[in-house]
Amino acid sequence: MSAGAGARGGLVIAASFVVALMLTALPMPEWASMWRPAWVALVLIYWCMAVPARTGVLVGWSVGLLVDVMSGTLLGQHALALAVTAFVVHQVHRRVRVLPVWQQGATVFGLVFLFEALVLWIDGIKGMPVTLTAYLGAPLVSMLLWPWVFVVLRDARRRFRVS
Amino acid sequence: MRGPSTLVRVVLATLVSVVLMTADHKAAHLESVRAALSTVVYPLQYAVHLPIRAGAWIAENLSSRGDLIAENERLKVDRLRLQARLETLATLEAENRRLRSLLDSSVKSAEKVLVAELLSVDMNPFSRRIVLNKGRRDGVYAGQSLVDSQGVMGQVVSAGPFSSTALLITDPSHALPVQVHRTGLRAVATGSGASDSVSLSHIPNNADIRVGDLLVTSGLGGRFPHGYPVGRVTRVQRDSGQPFADVEVEPSARLERNREVLLIWFQGRGVLLDSTYRPTAGPR
Repeated sequence: MSAGAGARGGLVIAASFVVALMLTALPMPEWASMWRPAWVALVLIYWCMAVPARTGVLVGWSVGLLVDVMSGTLLGQHALALAVTAFVVHQVHRRVRVLPVWQQGATVFGLVFLFEALVLWIDGIKGMPVTLTAYLGAPLVSMLLWPWVFVVLRDARRRFRVS
Repeated sequence: MRGPSTLVRVVLATLVSVVLMTADHKAAHLESVRAALSTVVYPLQYAVHLPIRAGAWIAENLSSRGDLIAENERLKVDRLRLQARLETLATLEAENRRLRSLLDSSVKSAEKVLVAELLSVDMNPFSRRIVLNKGRRDGVYAGQSLVDSQGVMGQVVSAGPFSSTALLITDPSHALPVQVHRTGLRAVATGSGASDSVSLSHIPNNADIRVGDLLVTSGLGGRFPHGYPVGRVTRVQRDSGQPFADVEVEPSARLERNREVLLIWFQGRGVLLDSTYRPTAGPR
């Protein structure tokens, strides 16, 4: 891997996170906010699975900090959740990578659930009310979206030869 | 490279996050960090906002002549009505000032407003926060009040260079000192997390409050100017087994439907603009 290819790969990964952040900031109607997919977590899960040597805890933590600033949550809240998610993906990626995409979806459900649970626990500690749909909405939608996210990011990875 | 090193990293990340969150929650030391990072995020929020603005611009340019004429008519009628009201208001204001000077009272109502646009709303359905497209560059400061044409919306909690984050009055961590317009009864309105109601805490069971009562800001605590409408009482439940009545209020501001909001600079008592002064109306 030459230095040029490395930098290009970094750019592709950064661009995918930028798109995920923009999708996160997209205004949505009141009723749909409960079902907003965890875009940033999905992208992070993909890159941690595909190129674990490049993306990991530190990338998750930094992107999480940006999410915190963007959404006005406590600094470190999403950072912590994404860092832990990246860590868990690193532990399981060799087993999950070989599964068919729809079975990966089940793992993604678990991972996004973990991510949401961490964020909501911290909200709970702060004294905010939390309901069951909040725990399950985002993981469900994220699981259903996983095949598409997977295909789009895989194509991007192959075209730009990110490794 | 992986293995123990990943574990070490995640433990470190957790520790740093916990320290950051504690520092952020307990004190305002991290305002500058947040402001600096918000500059990084601002272009993204701006880019997301762009298609919405383009849509509004196109709709504006494609509206038919008939619609425009009708709107113009309506605005003219509105203007006449408001002008008439303004005339009486001018005399009342003069009279008020004269009476206040007689009483030697120092309450002033000098106010400056600025229109800000919403950049984004919080994605967490339980907290009610919005991001505005005006920041410190325009003089916005943390603690500033936010209103719309109908009533109080909330307050700015952090101001970055180009954008700022505001807490709405329906956020569970927001408390607002209010007063019943009819009787002058003071209370504190806390957010419930639902988008269309706030509740009054510690209202005695025998207090004189009814469904339909108008609540206005009391100006106590110093964060909000006095006399802005907050909402109307929609439900009063008195349970003799409970020490306090259960009072729900529907905010008059159109919290979930606005694109433009007004930021207010007001000069009340001297202490009000002191940023180190942390009154009860702040985020808990």
